[in-house]
Amino acid sequence: MRPSRKTLETLLLPTLTGLLLLLLWHGAVRLSKTTTFPTPWQVLRGMEELASQGRLTGYIRDSIHRVVTGYLLAVAVGLPAGLFMGLHAPTARVLGPVIQLLRPISPLAWIPVSIILFGVANTATVFLIFLASLFPLTLAAMNAVRSVPAIYLRAGQNFGLGRVALLRRVILPAALPYALTGLRLSFGIAWLVVVAAEMIGVDSGLGYLIIDARNAGKRYDLVVAGILLIGSIGLGLDVLMRRLERARSVRWAYHRET
Amino acid sequence: MSSVATARLLPAEETTPAPCADTRPVKLRVTGVSVSFRMEGVQRTVLEGINLECREGEFICLLGPSGCGKSTLLNVIGGFLTPTQGQVLIDGQPVTGPDPRRIFVFQERGVFPWLTVEGNIGFGLQHLPAEQRRQRIAHYVEMVGLRGFERAYPSELSGGMKQRLEVARALAVNPDMLYLDESFGALDYITRHTMRRELLRLWTTEKKTILFVTHDIDESVQLADRVVVMSARPGRIQRVVDIDLPHPRDISAPRYLQYRDELLDELGVAHKV
Repeated sequence: MRPSRKTLETLLLPTLTGLLLLLLWHGAVRLSKTTTFPTPWQVLRGMEELASQGRLTGYIRDSIHRVVTGYLLAVAVGLPAGLFMGLHAPTARVLGPVIQLLRPISPLAWIPVSIILFGVANTATVFLIFLASLFPLTLAAMNAVRSVPAIYLRAGQNFGLGRVALLRRVILPAALPYALTGLRLSFGIAWLVVVAAEMIGVDSGLGYLIIDARNAGKRYDLVVAGILLIGSIGLGLDVLMRRLERARSVRWAYHRET
Repeated sequence: MSSVATARLLPAEETTPAPCADTRPVKLRVTGVSVSFRMEGVQRTVLEGINLECREGEFICLLGPSGCGKSTLLNVIGGFLTPTQGQVLIDGQPVTGPDPRRIFVFQERGVFPWLTVEGNIGFGLQHLPAEQRRQRIAHYVEMVGLRGFERAYPSELSGGMKQRLEVARALAVNPDMLYLDESFGALDYITRHTMRRELLRLWTTEKKTILFVTHDIDESVQLADRVVVMSARPGRIQRVVDIDLPHPRDISAPRYLQYRDELLDELGVAHKV
């Protein structure tokens, strides 16, 4: 059975690598006789402690909620804006440089701005996530529309499509897979920013957990637990987003011809 | 040298039929078309003084080396490009833009990869009632030999199948003219050969007027009623050769080879490799 063997490989190999790394980590902590950095076992116990206090699921829920809210706001603004800029070159010429200028600025730089705007509150965190994913998302949507091959547009016009029909029946389906990749990547950025975003104004979430554990009693087991949770949830969310790319309407773009 | 001599031996009355022989109405009339672009500060003339007439149901090949402007001419005729000078009339009406009555067939790159075979063929049939649309799709799926692939996506098809799909999509809207721009250029020799036969079959049954751009001499002699030979920089019509051979054409027959030689000479291509 070939499929099962493949599944075995894709699951078994990373698991083995993970186990090996845990072993190395454990060995390194033991050998260096450090008391500040925890062993994998201590981290696990830390997670148990969080779970028993009811903080674990609450923090995860809060973090995901903030990321999803900020991200969806960015989608609601950035997707139409990007699509419009892709279709309308003059707008792109006006707004493009502004976005290019804002995009490379680290979301951390916006912390003071978001505090001024929203105070020390949940909204400030959501706003940071919104900002961080907005610019890459807008640019991805714009480029997805711009890179629709001219030959499809010509074929559409040849079959008598007007502007609206051309947008609906040619431009959007042709741009969709590339826009989707942009959506996935900017969702990754939104998750990436959650730690920094939760360092301001909130008292829950995985980012808060890391800062709080460090500040209140140097609980490095909880710090590392937070790090690992952020990593694995991020991975899980990315896998979910990748599922979208397997939909029939977009799969063609990822299909490499043999 | 001997082959050159043979080409010249072609009797003149057979290459130029009497002017009144064709009574079919004029479908397309190109008058004094010139196209020039400004590129890197230099005015470049791509086409100059093109005059061409094409009758209903004719199969015309535009033949010439790369960069002779034959594709540009087809784009002007197709309404995708406005000429700098001159005019294109189809059925007596000036061409102002692309029109579903005249469909452009690109290399197989023109099919929509997000639609299935059915979706592609039905693309231009949105205005029809569902049942009629379904029948029309089925008819053209059958005609281009894609039965069993109705639900397949273009990425699952071979180059030849994609090309047939594009031709089917074009024919489905029942256009009176087809414009093919080196449509078979990306296919392998054998598939290309089959496609030409298919196209001729469709041309005979569907009675379309066809303009076919190619740089392949054999292709033009196999397909065309008339071959319009173009020269490069600026693109001009160098000569028009009538191919007076009945279909199906025997590509080993002496007469076929004579036409081929004549066109080789016309394009200044050496007979020896």
